[in-house]
Amino acid sequence: MPAKKLKSRILLVNGTIIDPYTKQIFLGDILIEEGRISKIGKIISDSNIEKIDCSGKIITHGFCDLHVHFREPGREDKETLESGSMAAMSGGFTRVCVMPNTNPPLDSPEAINFIIKKADECPIYIHPIGAVTKMQAGNDLTEMGLMEKEGAVAFSDDGLPIQDGSMMRIALEYSNLIKVPIINHSEDECLRANGLMNEGVVSTKLGLDGNSDLAESLMVNRDLELADFTNSKLHIPHVSSSKSVDLIRRKKRVNSKISAEVTPHHLYFNEEALNTFDTNLKVAPPIRTESDRRSLIQAIKEGVIDCIATDHAPHTLDDKETTFDLASFGMIGLESCFGIINKVLVKQEGMELLDVISLLTVNPRKIMNFEMDLFKIGRPAEITILDPDVEYIFKKNHIQSLSVNSPFLGETMIGKTQYTISKNILFSNE
Amino acid sequence: MLKNKHLLGLAGYPAEDIQTIIDTAFNFREVLERPIKKVPSLQGVTIVNLFFENSTRTRISFELAQKRLSADTVNFSASSSSLKKGESFKDTAQNIEAMKIDAVVMRHPTPGAPKHLTEFIDSIIINAGDGTHEHPTQAILDMMSLHEKFGKLKGLKVAIIGDILHSRVALSNIYGLITMGAEVVLCGPPNLIPHHAEELGVVVNHNINEVLDWADAINVLRIQRERMGKGLIPSIREYRSLFGITSTRLKTLKKEIVVMHPGPINRGVEIDGVVADGDQAIILDQVLNGVASRMAILFLLCSGKKINEES
Amino acid sequence: MMKKVIMDVLSIDKTLNRLSHEILERFSFIDNIVLIGIHKRGVPLAKRIKNKIKDINGTELKTGALDITFHRDDYRERLIMPEVKGTEVSFSLDNKIVILVDDVLYTGRTIRAALEELNSFGRAEKVQLAVLVDRGHRELPIKADFVGKNIPTHEGEHVNVLLKEIDDEESVVLIKN
Repeated sequence: MPAKKLKSRILLVNGTIIDPYTKQIFLGDILIEEGRISKIGKIISDSNIEKIDCSGKIITHGFCDLHVHFREPGREDKETLESGSMAAMSGGFTRVCVMPNTNPPLDSPEAINFIIKKADECPIYIHPIGAVTKMQAGNDLTEMGLMEKEGAVAFSDDGLPIQDGSMMRIALEYSNLIKVPIINHSEDECLRANGLMNEGVVSTKLGLDGNSDLAESLMVNRDLELADFTNSKLHIPHVSSSKSVDLIRRKKRVNSKISAEVTPHHLYFNEEALNTFDTNLKVAPPIRTESDRRSLIQAIKEGVIDCIATDHAPHTLDDKETTFDLASFGMIGLESCFGIINKVLVKQEGMELLDVISLLTVNPRKIMNFEMDLFKIGRPAEITILDPDVEYIFKKNHIQSLSVNSPFLGETMIGKTQYTISKNILFSNE
Repeated sequence: MLKNKHLLGLAGYPAEDIQTIIDTAFNFREVLERPIKKVPSLQGVTIVNLFFENSTRTRISFELAQKRLSADTVNFSASSSSLKKGESFKDTAQNIEAMKIDAVVMRHPTPGAPKHLTEFIDSIIINAGDGTHEHPTQAILDMMSLHEKFGKLKGLKVAIIGDILHSRVALSNIYGLITMGAEVVLCGPPNLIPHHAEELGVVVNHNINEVLDWADAINVLRIQRERMGKGLIPSIREYRSLFGITSTRLKTLKKEIVVMHPGPINRGVEIDGVVADGDQAIILDQVLNGVASRMAILFLLCSGKKINEES
Repeated sequence: MMKKVIMDVLSIDKTLNRLSHEILERFSFIDNIVLIGIHKRGVPLAKRIKNKIKDINGTELKTGALDITFHRDDYRERLIMPEVKGTEVSFSLDNKIVILVDDVLYTGRTIRAALEELNSFGRAEKVQLAVLVDRGHRELPIKADFVGKNIPTHEGEHVNVLLKEIDDEESVVLIKN
């Protein structure tokens, strides 16, 4: 069992502590007692205390993913809250927000309550995102107020765009009551049509129906203007194109209520990878050109994109092992996230590890108003211990999810999370 | 042997192998002119024609080719209603593998399906058309027909005319002709030509008269009537007026160009009946060359099977 | 490896002369005789015999060429790319007397394939075989009707025929390994 109850006293010894909240980096130990941060610094310990040797490793905040799909209720064969928690902890995540496109969708206070109750039994913190419209049909607003009271932290019809501009306006205006973000899956359905991959040279060569980046950027533009106009919080999910980046950059100069996220796969792959018709690379929004990928990396460096979110989307073999047009969209991403982000942003692009860790910790927490000062004495421990340099090939045995639809299998990762502590549970990746 | 075990498409297919196939196809043309049109080369070889999409012509052409080579032929047609979520595809593929079939000729409505098939079965796979992606045997017979008329492909000026966006015939021809050194121009309504087409190495020109003046040969694509009225083609007469290959248009040209068409033709739409029946059109030669080139492809891929098994 | 020249350019020519006379002797009515050379070297030999018969007798026999690649019985074991040179038989063989011409008769399998292929062109009245060299070691019940020279061989030995139309030199060589 990779997850077990934390001993009542445990000492993390001799690690490099990176605190993305205070922006401090120092060598030290962390003492955790009864699951809470008890002491940080150079700690002389008695020999009979349980220790984890963190020499050569980084001790930092547990990661937070604003965008995952745990398929409960409805498709528990793909993932459950429990299996998703294991996948999350394996990837160093202690806190996630689950999208509402379950079956039935999370479009009522009762559905939100169901998730909250089940999440209580899970070793990580799971926050439900409520649907914007009933049944995600795009017509009637959900009871956002009551749902927020039950624990919804944001609203989205993800999977589906809010195609009707008037509906998006209403949703943004209404969300001002409760001051939580609206998250719109920005892909204009008409322009997107039957597109299966990015419209470009590769789609032309493969004869696959293309999905132009305009389908995303035009709706991003609409949402930015509406959010501005209604003075509400907008969070843009899985940004994929340089056109969208440019629009977000411009709007952010004058509006601080806009935030945006990007996935590891959009930072790693470009459309050439689809030459093999690998259905694990079939995602929405699609993986685009090298030029788009570079814009996304630049946007991260500038802070135009605030955080990383995996859009963890489990699917069964039957859903993926079929012809390209019929394969489901999406890939799992929790377990492979750090190895890829660290490889691209730190090792290849030269970003500071502290900044990259912030993309996974304080930045997403800030957007959702979650507690950011995780190393405050007395706080329940949400900690990730990782090795930033180890190289390894991503294999099936690294996957805790019930689904294995990952195009990262066989890829070389750099950096691995090794221990994750959350809700008094210690998860070990060894 | 040909470098590739399968024939999935002409993208990246070596020029020497295309030439070998064409040369061998001419030899099989001779066989098709004999009183007894049969050779024993593929005796004992079992080939399945796996057609997930209806096609009488291509299937018959393949069947004839197979029978003339003395191979054993089995036909599988799946109507689209029996194709549920890809379930039938994988199961069908695994059934074929279990029956130890030597080669599969597959037509499927989805791009990439033949590549997908290679993951389930060990047999030799020949793509008879995968959606809007490739139709390599059609392009080979087209190139063979051009080779027959002009003696070469290098430097030949070939225009492809019509709905390029949805045409696997066009894409395979583009790949093959460019590999063999021909020059290719695409002509058709702007909304029916892929936005990124020129990155394939072709030139796009929407003026039919300029294109006909330039070309040595044209390949006229079938306009699918289903495309009309969906905002893609306003009307038949509009299309014919702007792009139709009429005898009037051909008469004004300085030289006699060769007219090709993959069939079936829509008389009076993309091509006039008079032109299709006339001397410049080699449409029926294409049909015969189709059997010959498919014989060549099957022969080159499927003989020497023991070598394939060992390697 | 040892090479021994068995026939030179003069003896080849003499032999072909004799074969041409033998053919004329065997058949009183030669108008419906056709000479079909088997690729590669049977083809120029057939042409030479045709020319010699024309010189002797004045009659020009029809000739054709047979490429047996599509009829081989070893196509599943083949290790090299089949090099098809093309069959040319532009007339029906119905009621004709076909004389197949080849350079070396060995296992007989090439002739078997040729006989099968001939069927595709009609039903010949008679098929006979003329070879420049018979080296024995038949694997099938095939015999030549007109033989230039018998060259008995052992295993590991080879007979090579070189003709100026193809090889730029002219000889029949026995090669011992």
